[in-house]
Amino acid sequence: MADKVLMKGNEALAEAAIQAGCHHFFGYPITPQTELAAYMAKRMPKIGGTYLQAESEIAAINMVLGASAAGVRAMTSSSSPGISLKGEGISYMAGSDLPALIINVQRGGPGLGGIQPSQADYWQATKALGHGDFQVLVFAPSTVQEMVDLVQGAFDMADKYRMPAMILADGMLGQMMEPVVLPEKSEKEPIAKPWASCGHKGEREHNIVNSLYLTPNALENLVKERYERYETIKKNEQMAEEYLTEDAELILVAYGASSRVAKGAVNKAREKGLKVGLIRPITLWPFPTDAIKRAASHAKALLTVEMSMGQMVDDVKLACEQKLPVHFYGRTGGIIPTPKEILAEIERLMA
Amino acid sequence: MDVVFKKPHALTDAPLHYCPGCTHGIVHRLVAEVLDELGVEGKAVGVASVGCSVMSYNYFGCDMVQAPHGRAQAVATGLRRALPDGVIFTYQGDGDLAAIGTAETVHAATRGENITVIFINNAIYGMTGGQMAPTSLPNQITQTTPYGRDVNSAGFPVRVCEMLSTLDGVALAQRVTVDSVKNVKIAKAAIKKAFQNQIEGKGYSIVEVLSTCPTNWGLSPVDALQWLRDNMIPYYPLGVYKDADKRDNMKGDKE
Amino acid sequence: MQDLNIVFAGFGGQGILFSGKVAAYAGLIDNKEISWLPSYGPEMRGGTANCSVCISDTPIGSPLVTNPNVLIAMNLPSLEKFIDEVEEGGIVIIDSYLIDKKVERDDVRVFYVPATKLAEENGLKGLANIILLGKLYKECPFCEEETIEKALLKCIPPKKAAMLDFNKKAIAIGRTQ
Repeated sequence: MADKVLMKGNEALAEAAIQAGCHHFFGYPITPQTELAAYMAKRMPKIGGTYLQAESEIAAINMVLGASAAGVRAMTSSSSPGISLKGEGISYMAGSDLPALIINVQRGGPGLGGIQPSQADYWQATKALGHGDFQVLVFAPSTVQEMVDLVQGAFDMADKYRMPAMILADGMLGQMMEPVVLPEKSEKEPIAKPWASCGHKGEREHNIVNSLYLTPNALENLVKERYERYETIKKNEQMAEEYLTEDAELILVAYGASSRVAKGAVNKAREKGLKVGLIRPITLWPFPTDAIKRAASHAKALLTVEMSMGQMVDDVKLACEQKLPVHFYGRTGGIIPTPKEILAEIERLMA
Repeated sequence: MDVVFKKPHALTDAPLHYCPGCTHGIVHRLVAEVLDELGVEGKAVGVASVGCSVMSYNYFGCDMVQAPHGRAQAVATGLRRALPDGVIFTYQGDGDLAAIGTAETVHAATRGENITVIFINNAIYGMTGGQMAPTSLPNQITQTTPYGRDVNSAGFPVRVCEMLSTLDGVALAQRVTVDSVKNVKIAKAAIKKAFQNQIEGKGYSIVEVLSTCPTNWGLSPVDALQWLRDNMIPYYPLGVYKDADKRDNMKGDKE
Repeated sequence: MQDLNIVFAGFGGQGILFSGKVAAYAGLIDNKEISWLPSYGPEMRGGTANCSVCISDTPIGSPLVTNPNVLIAMNLPSLEKFIDEVEEGGIVIIDSYLIDKKVERDDVRVFYVPATKLAEENGLKGLANIILLGKLYKECPFCEEETIEKALLKCIPPKKAAMLDFNKKAIAIGRTQ
């Protein structure tokens, strides 16, 4: 096994993407994701890849669109305000059935907001990254190692289902260093992309990568076909960690940075004899409704913990079909809640 | 029987949707002829922009990608970097290239992105029904300048070739038109050079084609060509604004 | 071992993030669970900088240390920012050459080390941070004896390999304080 190294989340993401066969990175500087782009700028020239600093977030995502349309693995990374700008391109990519990886190292919002860690882009990532009926795959790592581990799968699933994938990280995960074992270079043959616009060489009809359908029936049929794919994904690709949930009366639901804090609070609560567990969604879309449903069948209440004013809590409520109360505890604006705060909330709810 | 005139191979059989008298058809043909003559259809990838020419992806026989509004040259940049041996071109109107896509245009040009840009300047937004374009002339009446373009509030038109000719990354910036046989021949030569430049790795080449929009100008096709000669060419002089093969051409090589 | 939740704090340019990284790497080499989290953004450009380092036998929850049991302070604003948050019984190490103030709390163990002065006197300019780390090692050995050098080796870029001996000397000086 390869050695453990100490690496920032942002840098680890970049290296993992390179190992997953992504040799085309297009980005624009923004805190707190800058190390990712800087790492790419250093590495790409050495492996004959492309690092290109675009003139804008909008240009960057459209360069990704172009590279992806040509059939290569391409990615971009940004932070919240930059992701808003990329929304247009992401919608076009979804509408053109193009795979790609987009990293959001979230910071506080709205507007210019702040630069400290936040989870206030959950709605954006899972519900409305741009206009129109579409979804992107959304992964929510909670450690630097998991950031690395999810990258290869995110590219593979994006290729398989022909849709953009997002890693929804945050300033804490991007900036922190943890021991990490980097993946070996992927030996897997990338799947064939017969749809790519890469020059027909006179050997086939011309390919068109396009999202324009002026006939309503044609557009409806295409969107419906896409939604059938989404149903398959919802059925097969949900990922969540269930921690001490079996006998738990109160189950916390938290992802990413806040799930680490929540887990700490669960451990402290257990020391006090409180039956508390944690569900940690790893995919945010597809949302792990199955895990929530299992919890709803035996727990007495759920407590969603987020670094936002409460966004994922909507999906938790939908998933548990109002069978039990769903509480919420959150901090926003760039504040990471402390285990103490969450423990206090647990004790209040269980009193 | 000898075939003396035929459709270029790089045009598909799809019937063009353009209005009668629109010059898009001529320019499509010129681009396709050049792809044929250079033998690069098989490695060409065209980028269709948003505007009247959006459906050019159906007309060009090479592989095509449709870009978001204004982003054609960013998309072309992605294609360029992913396909080192590809022949990459964009086909864009004035709203796409010189308004919503100005940043993408300027930066692709200054990077010297090795692509070919075909720029249709007809001084109006065609597809949306005749609104003011960044290249609409002073006092030109459009749907959104019903009293004529007032430069005091709407500002002045953008001269794209002049602007881009100042950038080091640009290999060719040439303005042409297709109002006569002679000018069509000049336009074709410019388009061919713009593709040859790319094949030879010389960098960014843009050919601006002054074009007509009879429908939205409210003129017959013949009158539209005359309007172009009387109004557009004086404001947008034809000529080579930059040719990296020649020295001292920054001020334009007026005809 | 007791969980260590350390805050290194000072001005940008004092090597705050570096000494934190050395401590984190030491933990890594000894197979501990560790995390390192810097403050970031405009405040890093010459303003106050700090980083949180956690070293534990169990997985790290929040890497953000809000209640440290070790505080290393290299300027007054940092001391004032964190001193009330230090856990009871915690260790506070202060560069007394740069901070002309005594800690009023009597429920923490405070050590005053004129690290910046010691660094200058010993030809170790810029290594006050490592002297303070040496002091921390004396008061609270956070890794195996031979691990420190290995951690330094990991943190010093190959181009600056000559700095290793200076860093080792700085650790040694810190341990005599």
